[in-house]
Amino acid sequence: MSNAKTLQKQTLEKTSQPAKKKRSPWVTVWMSLKKNKSAMFGLIIILILIFCALTADFIAPYGFDDQDLMARFQTPNSKHWFGTDNFGRDILSRVIYGSRISLQVGFIAVGISMFTGGALGAIAGYYGGKMDNVIMRFMDILLAIPGILLAISIVAALGPGLQNVMIAVGIGSIPSYARIVRASVLSIRDQEFIEAAKAVGANDFRIITKHIIPNSMAPIIVQATLGVAGAILSAAGLSFIGLGIQPPTPEWGAMLSTGRQFLRDHWHIATFPGLAIMITIFALNLLGDGLRDALDPRLKS
Amino acid sequence: MQERLLEVRNLKKHFSTKKGMLHAVDGVNFFINKGETLGLVGESGCGKSTTGRVVLRLLEATEGEIIFEGKDILQYNKQQQREMRKEMQIVFQDPFASLNPRMTISEIIAEPLVVNKVFSSKVDMQKRVKELMETVGLAERLINAYPHELDGGRRQRIGIARALALKPKFIVQDEPVSALDVSIQAQILNLMADLQDEFGLTYLFISHDLSVVKHVSDRIAVMYLGKIVELSDYSSMFNNPLHPYTQALLSAIPIPRIDIKRERIILEGDVPSPINPPEGCRFYGRCRYRQDICKNKTPELKDMGNDKYVACHFTNNLKPATV
Repeated sequence: MSNAKTLQKQTLEKTSQPAKKKRSPWVTVWMSLKKNKSAMFGLIIILILIFCALTADFIAPYGFDDQDLMARFQTPNSKHWFGTDNFGRDILSRVIYGSRISLQVGFIAVGISMFTGGALGAIAGYYGGKMDNVIMRFMDILLAIPGILLAISIVAALGPGLQNVMIAVGIGSIPSYARIVRASVLSIRDQEFIEAAKAVGANDFRIITKHIIPNSMAPIIVQATLGVAGAILSAAGLSFIGLGIQPPTPEWGAMLSTGRQFLRDHWHIATFPGLAIMITIFALNLLGDGLRDALDPRLKS
Repeated sequence: MQERLLEVRNLKKHFSTKKGMLHAVDGVNFFINKGETLGLVGESGCGKSTTGRVVLRLLEATEGEIIFEGKDILQYNKQQQREMRKEMQIVFQDPFASLNPRMTISEIIAEPLVVNKVFSSKVDMQKRVKELMETVGLAERLINAYPHELDGGRRQRIGIARALALKPKFIVQDEPVSALDVSIQAQILNLMADLQDEFGLTYLFISHDLSVVKHVSDRIAVMYLGKIVELSDYSSMFNNPLHPYTQALLSAIPIPRIDIKRERIILEGDVPSPINPPEGCRFYGRCRYRQDICKNKTPELKDMGNDKYVACHFTNNLKPATV
């Protein structure tokens, strides 16, 4: 008898599980991101890069513009880990200082294009009709101009400098974000949960920000992580033709293009800034993939 | 006579398409009394879901009047419309598409409360959400689960809880069980019947499943190609259908007995296109009793007494089909 009772009690306790703890959405995302090893690897690299950028003054062994003409074109050695360039400047120091500029350009330019492009695309997709036509035709005009040419003309008009480079690169990639966001908004707009939100009286702003944007994040995140790479390279291109970051400020892209002319005899000048760009992009892609999965509750185990 | 909660007069909804005007809903008249369930049946594409959405102003009507509690809601401005939304709600067909996959159960159920700023404190709101979950039979431990973790029946319960959150008087049920397993269909239908008794709800129950409609409805409206062809109470609809289309429709219900043989009315041809439909009776091309007048003159919905309405020129002359 008492046995049966305890048994019953046990089964009861088993079936009445407590409610899952309520966590803030960001904590939930963090928890599932933490499980993703490659995403964490990417995040650690990004954090190291940001740390380098912030503390460049302390960790760089030399100043970024300290010339030592006696020590030009040195291959990597114990004094200059990454070697020296054509003015005898320490490449390691320049790469470390360069992370400041390159990360800024990458993130801010992508931020500009993601927010404006995303907002325009969401409005175009959600409202459709005339609004859609006006916005998307304007995007087509931007798309018709080659990206680098557009960036060149904007910088030429605004004048060279870090800030203008970011604006120019950002504007150039607005259309691709607008198109991606519009496409995913179109696929979500007609779903029943949007109608359900309308039925309870939600306004357009709430529907777009609460229902449509969260459900169309995946392609935007992927595009943005790839976009950072593209932005760094575009900025490099602008620097190369003298419209971007002005020497002697170190910037990875600009270093790469200077190194190009010595590539045959001195491989290390172009290699290290190139590796820096590559590692940044690689880390961002890993992190982006992980973020995309972590933001999707359906993929949680 | 009972109090009418909702009355729809000459409601039209036309969509402009490349091929011409699509008359999805074309002059529909019906009324629903307080506390009853009106079943709206018809085949796919006849405009029944569109009717449900137009009644809630999820789609704007092309023409007509929708009288809810004595006022024409089509004249409402934005503010009044927001108030109206608290009174009229909808449960959707597909419980997989009607819940935002990125929101938890509690967020979904709380959304109507948040949007309409019903509660100022979060604690009160959580209390109400839990209360609603209990009302529709959802375990409290699911409160922070996501929709994809649940089965169709539970998801539909979430949809019902969301519709109930603002304490509406009227709910449009847009094929709420057609996406569910038969065993779960019964649970959901019973739940909705219980809720109707408990809260005095009025339903517009849209379905293409005659057995489901038969189970839940007090009165039934049969739709064909954007028009209501017959509207009557539940028993007279099934025992004495007057419109030829209703007769054909009812003869298609299978009877699970082998000793009964009945005349099965087979409709010839297909449903005509609702794009730019011709004058005359919509059913003309497929009707067994058609005559010349049917081709030229559109029959109006006529009162046959006893709350029975039929749109046919020859309602009195057709011999009632045996069902």
